[in-house]
Amino acid sequence: MRRDLLQLFYLVSAILFVMGLRGLSHPKTARRGMFLAELGMLLAIIGSLLHHEIIDYRWIAAGLVLGTAIGVPMAMWIPMTAVPQRTALSHSFGALAASLIGISEYYRHGAALGSVRVGVIGVEVMLGSLTFTGSLMAAGKLQGLIRGYPITWRGQNFSNLSILAAMLALIVALMFVPSSTAAFYSMVGLAFFFGVLFILPIGAADMPVVIALLNSYAGLTDAAMGFMLDNKIQIITGSLDGSSGFILSILMCRAMNRSITNVLFGAFGKVQDKPAELEGKKPIRQCSVEEAAELLGTSRSVVFVPGYGMAVSQAQHRVREVADMLKSKGVQVRYGIHAVAGRMPGHMNVLLAEANVPYDELYDMDQINSQFPETDVVVVVGANDVVNPAAKRIRGSPIYGMPILEVEKARVVIVCKRSLAAGFAGIDNELYYGDKTLMLFGDAKEMMVKLTAALKE
Amino acid sequence: MIDIGLIGDLYVFVLAGFLGYQVISRVSPLLHTPLMSATNAISGISLVGSLVVAGAGYNEISTLLGFVAVTCSTINVVGGFLITDRILKMFRAAGSGPAPSGGSAKGAASGSK
Repeated sequence: MRRDLLQLFYLVSAILFVMGLRGLSHPKTARRGMFLAELGMLLAIIGSLLHHEIIDYRWIAAGLVLGTAIGVPMAMWIPMTAVPQRTALSHSFGALAASLIGISEYYRHGAALGSVRVGVIGVEVMLGSLTFTGSLMAAGKLQGLIRGYPITWRGQNFSNLSILAAMLALIVALMFVPSSTAAFYSMVGLAFFFGVLFILPIGAADMPVVIALLNSYAGLTDAAMGFMLDNKIQIITGSLDGSSGFILSILMCRAMNRSITNVLFGAFGKVQDKPAELEGKKPIRQCSVEEAAELLGTSRSVVFVPGYGMAVSQAQHRVREVADMLKSKGVQVRYGIHAVAGRMPGHMNVLLAEANVPYDELYDMDQINSQFPETDVVVVVGANDVVNPAAKRIRGSPIYGMPILEVEKARVVIVCKRSLAAGFAGIDNELYYGDKTLMLFGDAKEMMVKLTAALKE
Repeated sequence: MIDIGLIGDLYVFVLAGFLGYQVISRVSPLLHTPLMSATNAISGISLVGSLVVAGAGYNEISTLLGFVAVTCSTINVVGGFLITDRILKMFRAAGSGPAPSGGSAKGAASGSK
């Protein structure tokens, strides 16, 4: 296909992508928007297949078939709780593709490249390689293949920054001597290594930020690939993707009252070795399933606050059954969702939607916080740090200043939890010792099943 | 110095970034997970660059690397659109009846080519 005609194809695709993303502003228009984006992708691919340089379709066909064979099962049969790992994994695929194409470009042209072009290739391959291994690490931590808590050692930030500086120095050196293959391939090696190192000190609770940040890197890598190949559609999508990841990282950081540098270098979530200071100060109050059912059944309004614990025990369907029972008794039911509950942005919304909870019952923090004083019962299911009043009261607490769901303002708070163990931030939760708090110990799913049964009577 | 093509690309990059900021800021927090899978699918556009490298027959190494890149990008395009549709199908308003469960994503399959 002629080059200018191909560019027109790409222009239409770019417009369709933007319209597609715009559709995501409301659940009603989202699917139609995605259909437009799919159309855009189809156009871009068909246009590219007619590219004048392509002479042999065998490897292309093989790649398309193999990619589809891997991609379809990864999308269709993965449980919704595993969506964070899948997302991280797909960032790594995209980054690997970009990195390999960059390496191929360097291999093909090598010494013939001008200093600017080799610089662009260097940056593209660096970003691609570190995003590839970084995302693999993140996926490993989310899947539980690598232990979730931060791994730290002395001088870690210093050594990581030195590696980053070394990579940049190698790229600059390459710009002066484009033919230096040794410099290029050492830079690639360092980038793969760096991706592993910079995820190690980040704890599992910070994963919502890290995934968003890796999303942003994946977008930048894509844009860099567009610069390298002088391909505008890739620059546009890369830029859109990059800003999306960037916005999400900022939102997640704000929801934790932390800065991005603090997430990356802070090794947050290392369990402090001090014993919980609150222990023994106050007794906790436990309640039985029957008492909880009695309280819930006689209330007027109930707010459920889900957290990662709900995802772990796959309790979302059982929570909705309790909610259905309550609604049949005329109780108003809502869900309060903190932005960093779960392991990726919007994680809890997806799980509850999967359990057939209508989206107009899902409230974010700003919407629900003003409603707690008029709420009779709050049921906390597997959430911990996001409801910890220490964030407001205890200066020096690692989560001090983090905006929380102010559940303690409700008349009664029922906390469904396995044990008194600390949350992912490794901090004791004073909510559990509050006057209005009743602890319902047990597995979330099991407890919800029992609650439904008790409410039936 | 720097060739004019690169400057033009920079224009596109910066302006698209601003556009992205505006569009993404309006995305409902309800849909942040499908947003991530959607941008992931769209970023599979690296497929278009990979296709050329895999099919132009520059040399054996390039063809091989291109093949792997085509595979990886295809995983993202196909998988990304399918799972986005699967997630979006689950979101429903009160009173509109239960979401259809399971089944294949008809619309998403069109992006799989």
